[in-house]
Amino acid sequence: MALDEYQKRDFKIIGTRQPRPDGIDKVTGRALYGADITAPGMLYAAMLRAPHAHANIKSIDTSRAEAMSEVKAVVTAADFVQGLGDDTQDVIDACIARDKVLYDGHGVVAIAATSRAAARRALKLIQVEYEVLPHAVEIDDALAAGAPVIQAGRRGNKVPKGYNDNCTNWCEFGHGDLDAGFAKADKIISRSFRTAATHQGYIEPHACLASMGPDGQGDLWCCTQGQYFVRTLCAEIIGMEESRLRVTSSEIGGGFGGKTTVFIEPIALMLSKKAGRPVKMTMSRDEVFKATGPTVSSVTDVRIGMTRDGRITAGEAFLRYQGGAFPCLTIFPGAQSAFAVYDLSAVRTRAVNVMTNRPRQAAYRAPGAPMAIYAVESVVDELCQEFGLDPLEVRLLNAASKGTKSSYGPTFDDIGLLATLKAAKAHPHYTAPLGPNQGRGLSCGFWFNFGGNTSVSLNVNFDGTIGVTEGNPDIGGSRVSISMMAAEELGVPYDKVRTIVADTNSLGHNDVTDGSRVTFAVGLATIKAARAAIGEMCRRAARVWDIDEDAVIWEDGHAKPAGPNAGSHQPMSLAEIARQSPNTGGPISGHHEVNAEGAGVSFGVHLCDLEVDPETGFTTILRYTVFQDAGRAIHPDFVEGQMQGGAAQGIGWALNEEYIYGKDGRLQNAGFLDYRIPVASDLPKIDTVILEIPNPGHPYGVRGVGETSIVPPLAAISNAVSRTIGVRMQELPMSPPKILAAIKSAGN
Amino acid sequence: MQYAAPTTTEEAARLLASNPKAARVLAGGTDLLVQIRAGMIAPDLLVDIKKINGIRDITAEGGGYRIGAAVSGAELGEHAGVVAMWPGVVEAVELIGSTQVQGRCTMAGNLCNASPAADSVPALVAADAVARIVGPRGERNVAVLDIPRGVGKTSLEAGEFITSIYLPKRPDRASDAYLRFIPRTEMDIAVCSAGVSLTLDSKGIITEARVALGAVAPTVLLVSEAAKALIGHKPDDATLAALGKACSDACKPIDDKRGTIEFRRDVVAVLAGRAARIACQRAGGSL
Amino acid sequence: MSKIHVTTRINGDEAEFLCDAEETLLDVLRDHLNLTGAKEGCASGDCGACSVTLNGRLVCSCLVLGAEADGAEIATIEGMASGEKLHVLQQKFLDHAALQCGICTPGILIAAKSLLEKNPDPSETEVRYWLAGNLCRCTGYDKIINAVIDAAAEMRKV
Repeated sequence: MALDEYQKRDFKIIGTRQPRPDGIDKVTGRALYGADITAPGMLYAAMLRAPHAHANIKSIDTSRAEAMSEVKAVVTAADFVQGLGDDTQDVIDACIARDKVLYDGHGVVAIAATSRAAARRALKLIQVEYEVLPHAVEIDDALAAGAPVIQAGRRGNKVPKGYNDNCTNWCEFGHGDLDAGFAKADKIISRSFRTAATHQGYIEPHACLASMGPDGQGDLWCCTQGQYFVRTLCAEIIGMEESRLRVTSSEIGGGFGGKTTVFIEPIALMLSKKAGRPVKMTMSRDEVFKATGPTVSSVTDVRIGMTRDGRITAGEAFLRYQGGAFPCLTIFPGAQSAFAVYDLSAVRTRAVNVMTNRPRQAAYRAPGAPMAIYAVESVVDELCQEFGLDPLEVRLLNAASKGTKSSYGPTFDDIGLLATLKAAKAHPHYTAPLGPNQGRGLSCGFWFNFGGNTSVSLNVNFDGTIGVTEGNPDIGGSRVSISMMAAEELGVPYDKVRTIVADTNSLGHNDVTDGSRVTFAVGLATIKAARAAIGEMCRRAARVWDIDEDAVIWEDGHAKPAGPNAGSHQPMSLAEIARQSPNTGGPISGHHEVNAEGAGVSFGVHLCDLEVDPETGFTTILRYTVFQDAGRAIHPDFVEGQMQGGAAQGIGWALNEEYIYGKDGRLQNAGFLDYRIPVASDLPKIDTVILEIPNPGHPYGVRGVGETSIVPPLAAISNAVSRTIGVRMQELPMSPPKILAAIKSAGN
Repeated sequence: MQYAAPTTTEEAARLLASNPKAARVLAGGTDLLVQIRAGMIAPDLLVDIKKINGIRDITAEGGGYRIGAAVSGAELGEHAGVVAMWPGVVEAVELIGSTQVQGRCTMAGNLCNASPAADSVPALVAADAVARIVGPRGERNVAVLDIPRGVGKTSLEAGEFITSIYLPKRPDRASDAYLRFIPRTEMDIAVCSAGVSLTLDSKGIITEARVALGAVAPTVLLVSEAAKALIGHKPDDATLAALGKACSDACKPIDDKRGTIEFRRDVVAVLAGRAARIACQRAGGSL
Repeated sequence: MSKIHVTTRINGDEAEFLCDAEETLLDVLRDHLNLTGAKEGCASGDCGACSVTLNGRLVCSCLVLGAEADGAEIATIEGMASGEKLHVLQQKFLDHAALQCGICTPGILIAAKSLLEKNPDPSETEVRYWLAGNLCRCTGYDKIINAVIDAAAEMRKV
């Protein structure tokens, strides 16, 4: 790992709150999102979706639809080549059903027509004959002996005996002697926890505009977290070379992991290819819920031993996740993160993924971690109650710190968990009085963070302004942060820098905007691109001064002679060097390409006070505080925004959000009315405390901040509810009927 | 689909009667347009009644108020007279949807959509409100209680539509209240609900009462046993316990995605009791 | 199929369009008039991203038919700033970083403006309930509420 990047320094721009370059467009309605552009001759696409959880497709008759003059193209799975790599094949199979419908809402036929209304009318003329099959949408049902096999031939080769053919993936992590550890405990608690599948709930439905020409070149505009990834997938699925497909990312109306794959883009490209015209494809909200990628649902058994003075002696967990009708790797981060906040001498996690008749899951903010850590943090809280110990003290006693061998293998470097715990302990929230029917809960959270492939180009314009070109869609203020890092490094005012997001053919590859990687990795590449430009500017100054280039240094936005021996020259500003650059060797730029390592892990602690109405089970969140280590907060507003946004999503997950299936295996709440994300009146102020424990792997100490914040709310709220009503809650969401039932069970 | 915006009730009735199976009334549209977009219904004709003369008016009549069928929730909530006389009805209407939906939704539409969970309906039934209906055979007045006939079904006949809802005069020392349970604080459909309208004597004893429950049966329930539990008493704990039991006993709820039978039975009793207390307080009684 | 001819006024300017009966005001704004500031998040009145005002009343444009706009006054996000000058709310949303992805922002700004016209000094609770029909998934609402309250204070000074 690259852990020698960080250098302590005083910042001028980092840590201030600068205006974002996309701000005006976003408050005036000018910003262009996925569904906001049109093209001449554009057609509108619509998709016929199956009304069954699991069914064989016996026949498809599109003749009546094709007879409509307004219909210009019809696409089914038969239009796509088969035999792609497993992952890519799964992507297209999840978009459009091959021979078998795998979930309610699975695409079957796509149409492109001259108007939305005509496309909708055409769908009604398509006849599909189904043979309905037995289905399984719940983990227990899919794991049961005799369960319907969702997809044959997908059983994982690492899955142990005793598990059926729906089990696709298996993993194990840990170290130490569990038996010896549990033997040292004064109390061992074993519990089983369940979490429902939740959706990222981005407000912008997926939308794209695809244009394929007869020369085999294509253009695709879409809302995505990663235009390069879209290009790679679509090019393989359509059967074209990557260079022939240009993908441009629109402004993106939220993603949270849900826009890290494709659901409509290859379909729109194929429709456009067949019609020879541009095709716009947008999803309705119910299509988003039914046919995109919610997160996994989970069942997690946890067993933890503790001594009466609060030392955790051993911990183990067994995770069962379902991520829809396809193999799924989310068990890995789940099993790795379950115990990551603790320094344990004996720990083991095992996990299995099971296929169900649900849509193929996509990443959702710290994928796999919230449900695993919820289970562990619930049992730790119960052990604290058992011994009458302060839950924050117990976390301090057991917290992972520098040098801890983590539960998933690596040894931690500088990490911020102890600092966040101490900040929480010192905060007035922790000791504020509580009223009747009120309780306080806390939980730690963890996320790995990620670096990855990154390209940045930085241009010094002749007028002394700076253009930064990066390749990651800006979801929550990354352009401003990247501009700030460029300005800091170059020593120019912030307003001299403008950062834009490139299309796939304007810049080298960039991995998807995920893993909280952008401010870390793109920031790192930007700083290094700026350093490259600085090197060139020093060379130009050396040329003007006719001195050795090693004799020029860069300070405060100026090239200066390194010392008296270099001669007496007036410092040259960046603007002067830029102005003279046509005569000193031409345009000046810097670029940097890297597969970034050293993304420092991230920890957070959440405190939650709430009140439960004992007669209705309604929960009111009264007070909420987020403590998180940001390494270095480049733009504190947007760091706070990530902390608050993740907390709000976690609150929704804990209390009311869930995928609800009927006995027929069909989704019953495919809309914002009954998929209940928090509204403004549901939430209190969400206070934030940013800790800054520099990440050794970044020049400024940056750690990703985007994901950790969704991890702690699940247990923080569950612990608060459990303490308030005197019953240990073991299932999310804790909707009012469940809480009221728990209260009544305790009364009996 | 065709769109028509007649300016008289006669023309509206004629249009509706001309195509009774495939014509729909458009008032606020907050249910209708959602159902059309979702493909649940496919009407051939929408008859927009908002341009009919007087249909957006609130008028004092016989000591009470006549609320035009196209009066939006927001407009109703801005009418000081109705708010003072029937605060429970107004708070029920104001619970329909968001601020945006309030700008469009109507009581008449809420009633004719015939959802068991309609917020305004229990309050209107508790208020003993009367709907005025116009149709091919002229005008008739029907108690709001008698409009819903099942989930999505009303007693309106082909070509008929509601032109106004009448909220009667109320005696001194009388008031009403409406409460619903939802899992969030806003933007949800009632899991169960209760409307209570009552009158007190000078000592604060309840002399008259109507208790109506929502989302605990296919249609709104007017629970006479619940009213009996209140009449002759102050809203003390024993009275409210009896009220709650009457409500729990009367309801016939289902398990669905929004709640369980047990939860609805328990919580509707809690809501009725809390609403009764609020109504008493508003009527000038002490708690 | 015969279209409906509609004459209306949008952000003070006269506008004319032809629409089908089933097209909503949101469809018309976005597809016919190229006013894409109002967003479709749900098409069922549950998210508020399509908020506009119709004759001064805050509505979801997805729950209004295009045909109903005939003779009406409509205000959309595109008309909120005057020339180069942002509305106070727009400026405060930038100052407070009250947006991340920004997809909900036009609807929230329209809704907040409508609130402050009715109630120039709302409490935090009043702001939260007024905006309950405008879903935001990025921010947790905190900075949005701060921005609205700060804008209200600034507007009261004028």
